[in-house]
Amino acid sequence: MTKLVDIQNLNVCFKGKRTVHALNDVSLAMEQGETLALLGESGSGKSVTLKTLLGLLPPKRTQIDGKIAVNGIDVMSLRGKALQRYRGGEVSMVFQEPALALDPVYTVGHQIAEAVMRHKGVNKAEAMSTALDMLDRVRIPSANRRLHTYPHELSGGMRQRVMIALALACRPRLLLADEPTTALDATVQIQILLLLRELQKEFGMGVIFVTHDIGVAVEISERIAVMYAGQIIEEGTTREIIRDARHPYTRGLLAANLHDVARGERLNAIPGAPPALEVRPESCPFAPRCPVAMAECRAALPPVFHPSDRRRVACLRAAEPIAAE
Amino acid sequence: MAVVETDPTDPRAAPDMAVAKPQGYWSGVMSRLVRDPVTMLCAGVVLALILAAIFAPFLGLGDPYKGSMIARLKPLGTAGHILGTDEQGRDMLVRLIYGGRLTLFIGLVPVVLAFFIGSALGITAGYVGGLTNTLIMRTVDVFFAFPSVLLAIAISGALGAGITNSLVSLTIVFVPPITRVAEAVTSGVRKLDYIDAARATGASAWTVIRVHVIGNVLSPIFVYASSLTSVCMILAAGLSFLGIGVRPPEPEWGLMLNTLRSAIYVNPWLSALPGVMIFVTSLCLNLLSDGLRSAMNVRD
Amino acid sequence: MSVTDTYTPVPDTGGPAQPLISVRGLQKHFPIKGGILGRMQGKVQAVDGVSFEVKKGETLGIVGESGCGKSTTAKLLIGLIEKDKGEIIFDGHALGERLSLKDLRRGVQMVFQDSYATLNPRLTILDSVAFGARVQGLDDPDDLARKMMDRVGLDPNRFAHRYPHELSGGQRQRVNIARALAMSPRLVVLDEAVSALDKSVEAQVLNLLSDLREEFGLTYVFISHDLNVVRYISDRILVMYLGEVVEVAPVDSIWSEQAHPYTRSLFSAMPAMDPDERTEEPPLAGDPPNPINPPSGCRFHTRCRFASAVCKERAPNLAGLTRRGDHLVACHLYDAGSGHPKAGQGVPK
Repeated sequence: MTKLVDIQNLNVCFKGKRTVHALNDVSLAMEQGETLALLGESGSGKSVTLKTLLGLLPPKRTQIDGKIAVNGIDVMSLRGKALQRYRGGEVSMVFQEPALALDPVYTVGHQIAEAVMRHKGVNKAEAMSTALDMLDRVRIPSANRRLHTYPHELSGGMRQRVMIALALACRPRLLLADEPTTALDATVQIQILLLLRELQKEFGMGVIFVTHDIGVAVEISERIAVMYAGQIIEEGTTREIIRDARHPYTRGLLAANLHDVARGERLNAIPGAPPALEVRPESCPFAPRCPVAMAECRAALPPVFHPSDRRRVACLRAAEPIAAE
Repeated sequence: MAVVETDPTDPRAAPDMAVAKPQGYWSGVMSRLVRDPVTMLCAGVVLALILAAIFAPFLGLGDPYKGSMIARLKPLGTAGHILGTDEQGRDMLVRLIYGGRLTLFIGLVPVVLAFFIGSALGITAGYVGGLTNTLIMRTVDVFFAFPSVLLAIAISGALGAGITNSLVSLTIVFVPPITRVAEAVTSGVRKLDYIDAARATGASAWTVIRVHVIGNVLSPIFVYASSLTSVCMILAAGLSFLGIGVRPPEPEWGLMLNTLRSAIYVNPWLSALPGVMIFVTSLCLNLLSDGLRSAMNVRD
Repeated sequence: MSVTDTYTPVPDTGGPAQPLISVRGLQKHFPIKGGILGRMQGKVQAVDGVSFEVKKGETLGIVGESGCGKSTTAKLLIGLIEKDKGEIIFDGHALGERLSLKDLRRGVQMVFQDSYATLNPRLTILDSVAFGARVQGLDDPDDLARKMMDRVGLDPNRFAHRYPHELSGGQRQRVNIARALAMSPRLVVLDEAVSALDKSVEAQVLNLLSDLREEFGLTYVFISHDLNVVRYISDRILVMYLGEVVEVAPVDSIWSEQAHPYTRSLFSAMPAMDPDERTEEPPLAGDPPNPINPPSGCRFHTRCRFASAVCKERAPNLAGLTRRGDHLVACHLYDAGSGHPKAGQGVPK
C-alpha cells in the first residue's frame, strides 16, 4: 500500500528582507490512517511543514526543494485545477482560529455545501444534506437549526466543530490540524480532541496534528515527531517519546511541562532560545542550549540514530544510557 | 544570587548587538529615508520648489506683474522668455516661480494648522473617550456630510475671496479628516497593555499621553496629513481657478491655469504649464509622504 | 549598592497577620451599548461578588476559563478599571478611604501577558523600565532601571537601548517584570504572564519569578489557565466561573481533592501525560455560557451533573469544608441545610 505521506529531504527557505531557513532536510513518512503529532515551539517549522503539504507557501518568496508525496501524488508538481482538487479533496486543514477561517457572510451550511459541490460535483440539495450529516457527525446539537446560522452566532467550540465538519466534508485521506485547540478553553479543548480521535477512527483518515503542548499530543496521537530549528530531531510512538525520550531537547520539553514538579522546586529550564535560522544549521542546532553537548556536536550535524524500526533520534549521544538527572 | 540564563544563543542578541548603539528614533528614520532614492528625489524637488519660492525676489528674475502687449502668448523656447509668455505678455518662468510662493503657502499652511488642531482634538477624543469623544466626533461627522471641494467653496464663498479667507476655509476643511484619523489611532493605542502599565505607575493622563500616546499616534497622523498637502494645494488652486481664492493679477498656479484657459487653442503647451507644476508638486508630495510612512515604521 | 537596596516598597503597617490585600464583594459589570443612541442593551457581569484575601508573602493562583472574570479581577486590583461595588483593602487601608489610587499603585504592580502590546514600541527598554520611577520622582531612575534589568537577567549594556521588537518573547517578558519591580511593589499581579511563552522559556521565567519573590519578599496574584503552572507557583488556588468564586483552597488540598463539580471538571480536562491513561470521556459538554446573561442561582447548574432544583433558584455561599476549614467551596452539595437532595454529602467520587 502506498504511504499516506512521504516527505523526503524537504528544504524550505524564505527569501526576503531576512532569509529564514524554515525547514532543513526534513524527511517524514506516515502510513494510511495514522495520527502523528508534530510537536515543537514557535519557529520550529511545524506550521511550515503543514503549509508545504498543502502547497500553500507563496512561490515567489519561497525556495522549496525535496520530494513530497501524499497518497502517491507528487504535491510539488500540482498546478491550477489539480492543486485545487488536491486541497480539500485529498488533504484538508483545520486552523487555530475558526473565527478567522470561516467566512462571516455565509451560513455554516452554505460553506460546507459549497465545498462539497465543488469537489463532488453534486447538486445543492445533496450537498446540503451532506452538510447536515457532517454537522451531526461532529456532534453539534440540533444540527438542523445550526445549518442556517452564521459563524459569529456560534461559540468558540461550536465554530471549531464546524471547521472540522467543513474539513472532513469531502472525506480527505489526510487531515492537517494546525493547533486547533490552542485558542479554546480547557474544558472545550478536551472535547475537540476526543471528537477528532473518534472521527479519525470513523473515517480512517490520517491526521497530522501540530501542537506545542505535549499533553495534547499524548491525547491525540499514536506517533510524535519533535521538531526543533526546522528539523525533526526525534520521532517515535507516543509511548516511546513519553517513556523513553532520547533527545536532550525532548527531555527538556517533558520536564518543562511541570506535570510532576513539586511546588517550589527549581525547574530544570532549558537555557537560551532557539536559533533564528538566518543561516542553515551546519551543526546540531540544539548544541548551544544542550546540557550534554560535546565538541563534536558543534562540529557537524549529528547522525540519525535508529533505536528501532520507525524510531529515530538526531543526537550523537542518543545511544548512551541516560544519566540520572 | 541565583544565576539567570540570559538567552546566550538568542539570535536577536547576536554579536552585532553586543555593543549598544544609542541610535534614537528620529536618526533611525533619517537613515532609512536617506537610503530611499525615490523619496530623496521627491524631497529634493519639493525642497527646490520651496527654496525657489522663498528666495524668488533674490534670484534676479524679472517682474511677475510686468506685461507686454506685443509679446503675448509667445511659445516655449522664445528668446528671453524660455517658457514663453502668458496672455498679457508676462514671463511664464517668473510667474511660475512666484506662483509657487502663493500656491505652496496656501497648500501647506492649512494642513499644518489642521494637523495641530485635528491631532489635539482627535487624541483628546480617543484617549478620554465617553461623552468627550461623542461630542467631538459627532461634531466632526457633520463636516463629513459635505464633499471637501464643496465645503471649501461654500466657506470661501461665504467669507469672500482673498488669501486669508482661503487659508481659513481650507483649514476648516482638513480638520475633520485629521481629527478622525487621530481619534482612530489613539483609541487603538489606548487599548494596548502598555498604556495600562503606564497608568498603573500612577502617571497622570497628560504624562501618559505625552510619553506613550503621542509618539505612537503622531507618525500615522503626520503621514496622513502630509498626504493631504497635495489635495490642499489642488483645492487652493481650484478656489483661485473659480475666482474665490487669490485674485488677479497675483501669480498663483490655479489662477494662471484659469486665465490661460482661453489660450488653449492658441498655445496648448503654454496653458498646460501651471497644471504641470501642480501635478509634479502634488505627485512629489504624495510620494514623499509614502516614503515617510515606510521610514517611520520601526518594525522593519 | 545592590539592587535590593534600591528596592524601597511602602512600609508594612499591619504586621504579618494582616492580609496584604483583601477584596470584599467586588463587582464589575460592563454595559453593552448599541444602536445609534448608544442605549444600554445589557451588561457583561464580568465580576460579581468576588471576595478573597492574599496573605503577606503568599502566592494566590487564580484559574478559570475565558469569561470567568480573572483578568477583570486583576485590573480591578490595581485600579485600572473602576469597581462598581465592593471593597479593596490594601494592608488594612481601604481604597477610596485612607488609600488613594496613587498609593495603591505604589504597592501593587501588574505584569501582562507577553505580546507586542505590553511595551511601547517607541521607547527603548531602558525608558520603559525607568518610566514608573520617573513618574514617582525617584532618584536616578535610569540607574534603578539598569539595576533592575540586570536583576531579571537582561544585560543593561546590551539591552538598554534596544527596542521591544528586537527582543524575543522571553526577553520582553523579563522587561515587563523589570518594569513592574522598578516601582518597588509589595504585590505583583501576574496576568497570564507566562502563557504566551514557549515551554522552555516559560520555565526560565518561572524560576526568575520564584527567585524574585524570595529576594524582594513579594506577594503574587498569579492568573493563568494552565493548572500545572499555577500549582507550581502558588500556595493557594482560587477557581472562578462566570464572574464568581467557586472554590478557594491550599494547593495540596485542591490537588488531592477538588470539591466543586466545576473544579473537578476543570482538572479532569487537563490532557493526560500518560499514553496509557488517555481521557475517554469529556468531563463537560459544551462551552462556558456567556457572561452577559449568566444562569440564575448557581451559575454552573446548566452544566452540572449534580444540579437540582435548588441550584437553579439560589446561589450557594462560599463556605469552608467540614474537614478542612481553609478549603472553601460554593456548592449546595456541601451545605447540609441547602435543600439539595444530597445536601451535606459533597460531590460523589
